[in-house]
Amino acid sequence: MSAVDAAPPAELPPLVAPGTDGGLRRALKDRYLLRLLVRRELKARYKGSLLGLGWSYVRPAVHFSVYFFVVGVFLGMSKRVHHFPVYLFSGMVLINLFTETLHSCTRSITGNAPLIKKVFLPRELFPMASLLVSLVHFLPGFAIMLAGALSYGWRPDPAGLAAAVLAFAIVVVLGLGLGLLCAGVNVFFRDLEQVVDILMIVITWSVPMIYPWVHVRDQAPGWVLDLYLANPLVSAVSLFQRAFWYPTTPELFEFPPQLYGRAGVALAASLVVLAAGVLVFSRAQQRFAQEL
Amino acid sequence: MEQQRPPESIVIDSVSKRFTLRHARSIREMTIRAVRRQELSESFNALDDVSLTIYQGETVALMGLNGSGKSTLLKMISGVMRPDRGSVRVRGRIAGLIDVGAGLHPDLTGRENVYLNGAILGMSEAEIKRKFDAIVEFSGVERFMDNQVRFYSSGMFMRLAFSIAAHTEPDIFLIDEVLAVGDPPFREKCLRRIRELRGEGRTMVIVAHDIQMLTRLCDRGVTLRKGKVVFDGDPAEAGRLWREDRQARQAALKKADAVR
Repeated sequence: MSAVDAAPPAELPPLVAPGTDGGLRRALKDRYLLRLLVRRELKARYKGSLLGLGWSYVRPAVHFSVYFFVVGVFLGMSKRVHHFPVYLFSGMVLINLFTETLHSCTRSITGNAPLIKKVFLPRELFPMASLLVSLVHFLPGFAIMLAGALSYGWRPDPAGLAAAVLAFAIVVVLGLGLGLLCAGVNVFFRDLEQVVDILMIVITWSVPMIYPWVHVRDQAPGWVLDLYLANPLVSAVSLFQRAFWYPTTPELFEFPPQLYGRAGVALAASLVVLAAGVLVFSRAQQRFAQEL
Repeated sequence: MEQQRPPESIVIDSVSKRFTLRHARSIREMTIRAVRRQELSESFNALDDVSLTIYQGETVALMGLNGSGKSTLLKMISGVMRPDRGSVRVRGRIAGLIDVGAGLHPDLTGRENVYLNGAILGMSEAEIKRKFDAIVEFSGVERFMDNQVRFYSSGMFMRLAFSIAAHTEPDIFLIDEVLAVGDPPFREKCLRRIRELRGEGRTMVIVAHDIQMLTRLCDRGVTLRKGKVVFDGDPAEAGRLWREDRQARQAALKKADAVR
């Protein structure tokens, strides 16, 4: 009997400090939980609404129409920029991805306060889930943009696709990096939410998405132009336009000088921001439970 | 034959935790307080040099008045909070019945919540699928599994939450103030389930306000007073100390009332 009862001496797991096996890597490893969190986010956002996920089409459509009619038609940008709708929309899908990521990452910790205070989970899961939700919202817009570009005669070319991938990488890396940074800091200073919201308006107008960058070159002093072109998002938007809009035009448009060089620097800078975000977040998260 | 002590499950080594209560958050409030020469913040020791070793298979009750540090200690063990000084180490997987329902999302259905909350508590997809029927049956809300949880009564909500947590099979099980919920029959069921888990040799740390129940359920009681361990041993004795604290506080409150 004792032979049956006595369980073999199982290998004892080691004594470890709880709550230290977090981090971005662990959050990525727990794919199942991440998937469920993303699904929860999507379901909860469109709960009880008739259109559901359809709203993710309506919002960019309205944005687009406003810019198109006001800037394109009334202010005459359509006459100056070839195929202005494609120009506008290719930049817009990318910038929307960035602003939505930043907006939802910033709120991801304070919004999940009850859970974070009670159960230990790698806290990086929440900003990660926010990023993935933003990517889900990005896809329909991107598909429409592709369809539009095709109807204007766009055909994929290797250089263009490489530019698109680079632009996408800049936006995702920078978005997650700043998102982690803001998510961590927002727990201690809730004012940051307001700052981020205001920043989103500034971002929309400080990239060459509604107007071409040459307006800045021709109207503003040199140092403003330097500052303007140093923005990683300016490079990202230009690259996306290079990928999806430029091939549909007579290819006379002049992109900012050293576009690829600047984009490479932008990606490197974004990676630095991501590293800083991961570091700040992992330091800040040790005090989340008591500050929330 | 000499009886060997089971291996340690939770080792808490001179842990201290200080909390700061901020009275003013905005610039306006801060200015007003500064002008009136009031304190901007106040800090107190939630835990003061607490050391405690819990061995595998023990069922330990943490007792003490509100604010004595029980819940803070539980949060340290679960890893939600980090100690300011000292260290906490644990062996194996921890799951908590700490304010169950924190992981339930009102906009999801019962079924979706079983999967989400199960994953939050550390179960894998296969594990949840295997235990799904048992969880649903235990909770007794089969008929409402496809309804949004926001339409559940509070009893149904707690039952589903407890049921998910009770099926996680962790090595260390933390229970905080959850046994006060539900109707008496369901409470009995919960207690049976806890005894069952205890019988499987899992370590348990329980915080509750029902001294009688704790005395019957646990084989060790730890009494905390203002963040310090004042007693560690027989649960009946720990409960007696706690009762004394309560009476003392009540008397103090009465006195204060009389003065006023």
